[in-house]
Amino acid sequence: MTVTNRANRARWDEAFEASTLRDVDAETMSGIPLDAVYGPDDGEFPGLFPYTRGPYASMYRSKPWTMRMFAGFGTAEDTNARFKEILRAGGDGLSTAFDLPTLMGLDSDDPRSAGEVGREGVAVDSLADFEDLFRDIELGRVTTSMTINSPASVALAMYVVVAESRGVARHQLGGTLQNDILKEYQAQKEFVFPPRPSVRLVADVISFCAAEMPRWHPVSVSGYHIREAGSTAVQELAFTLANGFAYVEAARRAGLEVDEFAPRLSFFFNAHSDFFEEIAKYRAARRIWARWLKDRYHATDPRSHRLRFHAQTAGVSLTAQQPEVNIARVAIQALSAALGGTQSLHTDSFDEAMALPTEKAARIALRTQQVLVDETGVALVADPLGGSYYVEALTDEIEQRAEDVFAKLDEWGKGSILEGVFAAIDANWFQNEIADAAYRFQQKLTAGRRIVVGTNRYTESDDGDEIPILSIGPEVEETQLKRLSEVKAHRSSDAVAESLAALRRAAAEPSVNLMPPIIEAVKTYATVGEIMAAMGDAFGHHVETPAL
Amino acid sequence: MTHRVLVAKVGLDGHDRGVKVVGRILRDAGFEVIYTGLQQTPEMVAAAARDEDVDAIGLSMLSGAHMTLVPRVLDRLREYGLDTPVVVGGIIPGADIPKLEALGVAGVLTPGASVDEIVAAVQGAIARSSAGQPT
Repeated sequence: MTVTNRANRARWDEAFEASTLRDVDAETMSGIPLDAVYGPDDGEFPGLFPYTRGPYASMYRSKPWTMRMFAGFGTAEDTNARFKEILRAGGDGLSTAFDLPTLMGLDSDDPRSAGEVGREGVAVDSLADFEDLFRDIELGRVTTSMTINSPASVALAMYVVVAESRGVARHQLGGTLQNDILKEYQAQKEFVFPPRPSVRLVADVISFCAAEMPRWHPVSVSGYHIREAGSTAVQELAFTLANGFAYVEAARRAGLEVDEFAPRLSFFFNAHSDFFEEIAKYRAARRIWARWLKDRYHATDPRSHRLRFHAQTAGVSLTAQQPEVNIARVAIQALSAALGGTQSLHTDSFDEAMALPTEKAARIALRTQQVLVDETGVALVADPLGGSYYVEALTDEIEQRAEDVFAKLDEWGKGSILEGVFAAIDANWFQNEIADAAYRFQQKLTAGRRIVVGTNRYTESDDGDEIPILSIGPEVEETQLKRLSEVKAHRSSDAVAESLAALRRAAAEPSVNLMPPIIEAVKTYATVGEIMAAMGDAFGHHVETPAL
Repeated sequence: MTHRVLVAKVGLDGHDRGVKVVGRILRDAGFEVIYTGLQQTPEMVAAAARDEDVDAIGLSMLSGAHMTLVPRVLDRLREYGLDTPVVVGGIIPGADIPKLEALGVAGVLTPGASVDEIVAAVQGAIARSSAGQPT
């Protein structure tokens, strides 16, 4: 035991030596030279199992986190312009926000879409919109994240078809599909089909990517929305990792070996205001994932053990009162993600409690990350809080509390986390746990036991209405409806009908992977709504039992 | 007499933290609260208000579609001959608040509203409505 542990430093040295390092002066402002990590030789190290201190030996010495700013509004052309602005300003990855009709698998001309088209994200109806969305962007070079769940398979198919039409092969494409349907039933509620066929679709995407898209992350298991819906940090962590285990089980049921796909699973966590608890949460997440993948799911590839995540600052913590104060909140939350070892980060804009961000507000948010990386030195030393009595104790406690949740779900599922998660969703368990936590938080605010600056204390000089906000006019909907009717007029309706019939047949056959027929349907300019309706014929639709 | 309040999510948005917290706040304040769940159309909200004979409606709007969906709810209520007061809560830019009030919305609550403000908005809307004043 001692011998193995003493070897930790040597093993880390070896891994660090093998890493490519970026050109940076690793010293303090006083000129004190900095090691890449600090700690006892027999302690935990980044890049070594169980990865508590970080997934890679060299961490930000090789590459700082990716500054991935989430954007999308209006038509595909509008968002394309914002994407180009983000790349010009030094952002290095794209992240696509879709509008609500797209997220719900509805076309812009569906009556239920009225008033929602292009409002919270970009409106996408058919391949034509994806062609506009990524116009003049080098898909072989950028990495693209797509935040979409129920119709995730359709969005991935569109991305593949656009790239291939420009000569970029699917195996060259890098990016992330959120494709995390379980948290939709638990928290964000953008579900369409019932849980089981939805998870089949997730597994189909995982299988497809394992075979054909080695650089793609087929699922971003997301705690972000669980937290925004009101959960605690512990619940966020426990529910998210349980969902991750559920996808591992689903993919294995679909016939994959765990090491074929687990290295490509990624995670998405919230960066909220309780600074040290957030840092401990990220550390606990890595340790739990490593242990479970090794011990429970018998993954042997170290890449399967390594949890990598994206973080976003907490939208729910932003206030409409004295909104400029949000810039401070975002900076502190972003710092927690950096100290917690995130792989990529979106910083919220200070005006987001009121509307989608203006370009200026989004630029300040990006600049906040640049200050962290380039001015503060936090990207020079891995896991700078490792070894802190406080942070280590919190990490252990959060891990233990999460294990209690897994034990409960495992028992519920009779030895299967996947079945446990299904059962708990059916019982509204997650939903109620989250709603209870949200209400407890509200009660603490009301009682003044939790302070939100500018909201329940220091409320003078609220000038919330004085900042400029982005407004999206009705012309977006008109433009998109016109575009959709043009697409429908110019496509071959026979080809569309044929491809949808093939998809419908495939959907009724659980052993068939649905990605190929979805890609064929996309190529005919079948719409998101049509493709989702074809699958819905086989899958049915989910309705939640309302409960306060 | 216990007042009955319908709280509802209208439109496609599923973010239900606000509607659930507000529903519980109103329940704790002594209202009888009816929650009809997600993805309600304006027609469904108005029909539920009629069938449940509620004294007020709270609409949760976070998606930015309020200027389209709220007038539709008001229109459907009028078609049913109901003058049930409607309070809107959520992400509503300041410039839209007078517009919603001009359309007949009884009150608008924005992020950060306190429990007292929420309860007062609903109580006030019911009181004005039953006194026959324009809501």
